[in-house]
Amino acid sequence: MSGENLMSVMVYIPTPFRRFAGNQTYVKGEGKTVGEVLDGLGKSYPSLKHMIYDEADEIPGHINIYINSQEIHSLQGKATPVNDGDEMAVIPAIAGGQVALTPDQVNRYSRHIIMPQVGPVGQRKLMETKVLIVGAGGLGGPAALYLTLAGVGTIGIVDFDVVDLSNLQRQVLHQNDDVGKKKTESAKETLNAYNPDVNIVIHDTPLTSDNAMEIIPQYDIVVNGADNFTTRYLVNDASYFAGKTLVDGSILLFDGQATVFVPGHGCYRCLFPAPPPPGLVPNCAEAGVLGALTGVMGSIQAIEVIKQVLGIGESLVSRLLLFDALSMDFRVVKLRRDPKCPLCGDDPTITELVDYVEFCGAPFPGGHDGDGTSDGSSNGS
Amino acid sequence: MGTELQMDPLMVVEVKVTANFAKLIGGERSARAEGSTIGEILDDLEKRHPGFKQNVVADGRIHRFVNVYLNDEDVRFLQQLDTPIGEGDVVSVLPALAGGV
Repeated sequence: MSGENLMSVMVYIPTPFRRFAGNQTYVKGEGKTVGEVLDGLGKSYPSLKHMIYDEADEIPGHINIYINSQEIHSLQGKATPVNDGDEMAVIPAIAGGQVALTPDQVNRYSRHIIMPQVGPVGQRKLMETKVLIVGAGGLGGPAALYLTLAGVGTIGIVDFDVVDLSNLQRQVLHQNDDVGKKKTESAKETLNAYNPDVNIVIHDTPLTSDNAMEIIPQYDIVVNGADNFTTRYLVNDASYFAGKTLVDGSILLFDGQATVFVPGHGCYRCLFPAPPPPGLVPNCAEAGVLGALTGVMGSIQAIEVIKQVLGIGESLVSRLLLFDALSMDFRVVKLRRDPKCPLCGDDPTITELVDYVEFCGAPFPGGHDGDGTSDGSSNGS
Repeated sequence: MGTELQMDPLMVVEVKVTANFAKLIGGERSARAEGSTIGEILDDLEKRHPGFKQNVVADGRIHRFVNVYLNDEDVRFLQQLDTPIGEGDVVSVLPALAGGV
């Protein structure tokens, strides 16, 4: 205690962890941040440490830490400052800890668990996974929906937009009564109604160069459902810098494209080195999109996430899937890492996030210059 | 253009485009075109559908936001516009799509 203003907080210990903390419901903790308080707890109760930190000394996906009822992912993670008198809570998403699935979970996920490619081990992997969905709209909606049903532990949703009537032709997370509501809020309500076990974390903001490297590293896998090139290049670069797998999808009219970018195996810049000049390729608000197509492509993105987590099958890494709904034609073309890629090539010139507004010649929707209106121009609608 | 020597026989191939490019080739999702290289195929399409080529090529290079595939291979990793065409090949023109809505 060196006189640095350490704060004293009470930490709620849930039933399954109490035997690791002297059978106490509350223990006292000290520190300036959530991380320091947890470190202190780990020193006082070494067996508890194994429950709240994984091998990499990170909080595992199935543990949520709350400070005064707010989950710390929506604050500053482990760096969230604490104040005297705050109440902290350690809440495992899986009742009963890592040991076994509850009977309800076994029942709920039985159609997955009985498949040898999933099994109880795979189900627990899904429950420990954190997936970030960029955009609670056409692609992000069905992707988030099926990942929620599959019991993915944490699903983060970035979107700044509000639900518009014109979204309801395709965006399955939002219903008639949600018009005017924030998309993140509406999405969370819908997803938790489907599966209350899933921790839905809301990022009610446009994704920008300022926040991308705070938000993306908190997750294991990123799903891209952005509807503009500015955000697409940002998500690509930030996911690459954070070392995260990016499950990419895009749609227009009757066409869909999907692929998976794993750092080192090609990226969006290898596929399309530069965006088209603004206005040349219309967006869905200008040109239209078949509603049901979003369900196909969003589901494909969810499938790729699940395969990635379970380590099964052949992923879309190094392959670009093209779907033409009019001819009902699925085709796969090769996607190569470009050795000359400025991001992931042999001599990268992009070593940190750049000015995407300048690069794409178009503002981030919802940013200071974006109108953020309801035409579907959200950076993830 | 294959007018002098018939070293590169002209091939007739199918060129597929995305729905947002269909209006450039008469509203269809694919068109027949002939030539012995990707560049000649695009030139032939331009003859049949004036205005098409500028959406794919500028200054003798394929736009960086459009990919042209010969079967399943991006021609940027082959010989770009000089990539030779074979009988029965399928050429696809694929612009970047940004939509997620």
